[in-house]
Amino acid sequence: MNPLDLVGARPGAPFTVTFDGREIEVLPGQTIAAALWSAGVVAWRTTREGARPRGVFCGIGVCFDCLVTVDGRPGRRACLTPATPGADIGTQAGTGHDD
Amino acid sequence: MTERRQVLAVIGAGPAGLAAALAAAARGVRVVLVDSAAEPGGQFYRQPAPGLGARRPQALHHQWRTWERLRDGLATHLAAGRVSCLSDHHVWCVERDSGRFAVHALLGPEQREPASVRADGVVLATGGYEKVWPFPGWTLPGVITAGGAQAMLKGGLTLPGRTVVVAGTGPLLLPVATGLAAAGARVAALVESADPTTLVRRSAHPRNAVRGARALAAHPGKLAEAGGYAAQLLWHRIPVLRRRAVVEAHGRDRLESVTVAVLGPDGRPVPGTAQRLDCDTLAVGHGLLPHTDLADGLGCRLDGAGVHVDDEQRTDVPGVWAAGEATGIGGAALSLAEGHIAGRSAAARLNGTAPDPRSWAPAARSRTRLRAFFAELDRAYAAPVRWAENVPDATVVCRCEEVTAGAVREAVGSLGAGDLRTVKLLTRAGMGWCQGRMCEPGVAGVAGCDLTPGRRPLARPVPLGVLAAPPPPDAGTSPCPGTSP
Repeated sequence: MNPLDLVGARPGAPFTVTFDGREIEVLPGQTIAAALWSAGVVAWRTTREGARPRGVFCGIGVCFDCLVTVDGRPGRRACLTPATPGADIGTQAGTGHDD
Repeated sequence: MTERRQVLAVIGAGPAGLAAALAAAARGVRVVLVDSAAEPGGQFYRQPAPGLGARRPQALHHQWRTWERLRDGLATHLAAGRVSCLSDHHVWCVERDSGRFAVHALLGPEQREPASVRADGVVLATGGYEKVWPFPGWTLPGVITAGGAQAMLKGGLTLPGRTVVVAGTGPLLLPVATGLAAAGARVAALVESADPTTLVRRSAHPRNAVRGARALAAHPGKLAEAGGYAAQLLWHRIPVLRRRAVVEAHGRDRLESVTVAVLGPDGRPVPGTAQRLDCDTLAVGHGLLPHTDLADGLGCRLDGAGVHVDDEQRTDVPGVWAAGEATGIGGAALSLAEGHIAGRSAAARLNGTAPDPRSWAPAARSRTRLRAFFAELDRAYAAPVRWAENVPDATVVCRCEEVTAGAVREAVGSLGAGDLRTVKLLTRAGMGWCQGRMCEPGVAGVAGCDLTPGRRPLARPVPLGVLAAPPPPDAGTSPCPGTSP
């Protein structure tokens, strides 16, 4: 069993995004976090102080742990942001800005 | 002069907000439903994204008939123009000015563009979020909140990993464990630090018999629900470990295993009881907290962690009602009852008449019963004794600012901080992106301070350009963006 079979999903045609240069297949409607989880990726940020890896924690937009860089813009919450075809997604180091 | 229809802004489209919107719209008030998600439903009825083409979303849900009733009711009112629905609107402030209200939001998911709604009354149905006590390893990727795992499953039809441990305390852990298992995850254990069977045993004790038995006997449905979960736990072969806790999560760059131990009367792991469970995911939660920022910004009085309301669900600020988890955690059925009462009261008051509480007597009776039931649950699922003393100094308690338990203890011990605000100023704990929502309970526990809800005049980060610009035109009268019936 998997979640798609459980709800009898018939998703639209998948598309691709890149994550740190690698191509990842995404189902339409999935957030960036859901797309990365489905591809087996659970970390896409490193912290400002300890450079420790982080990913989803609260999953509903409250904790800001899942921040990610999308098309050059850092600080996007992966759990809220839908993946769009061709999006260039990258691990966010610290604030994502050069400082 | 033609009389303008009164406008009620309902903030939050979960069970409480939907019930309030339907009740008010049916009684002659124009309702603007403002919600941060793409689709109504809130966390409880979070729906898979339409692009995923789910034909049986009910497989992930409880009380689906209730959802169908809410969804169809909303569609009817939308079609008739009695309700408009502003989805993807993240409200950051509600302003009260000369008896009317301005609801200020940012359009998601970018949250850069502003939108505002003018209203004559407001129902705050802002819901809640999960509380997690800190423990070593809780910042590792693969450690997520129990509700977060459920939200990602319901909305994105995805699992965080293959082997999951569900841990913490509270009734939410049951649907999370069984839901993840039904979706194909191997649930290695459900670790509950309380012993919820005490709920039944306590009720049998003569001292508690009247209160406890009354709370339980009033809810045969809740007992059946508990029985249903017990059967599902067996069916999915999920071992249930009671009076135990995850004392550490292990892994280098992601979770690899957890240590589970029996907690002794002093809250410490009992020697010789530790066991290591391999897993790539830990879904952990210790109960929920109400979202009170908007209420606090309006000057509404809080009762403990929730918004104070009267029998009509009115806050102490005229024109402002509150319903659901925002007033105190009590689940979807209580949210529906409170939302219904709030919507009826608001409609009557905005139309200049005194509401008749007898007209909502059944909802008021459910409210009384459910509040009593959840008060009993709260007692059964109490936090592990002295958990905070067992958080090692090196453990990060504030995830955003990476402040350790040791730094918090130093602020209290050497620097003399006596309250949460001083601890925050000295350590930066609670000053990061989440504004303390995630760490406040943990920091308060480790510091030995009272947990006072943090004051956040802006409920979410707002671009400076939006704060500086004049408010945008009223968005409440525009047609509803694609709400699928």
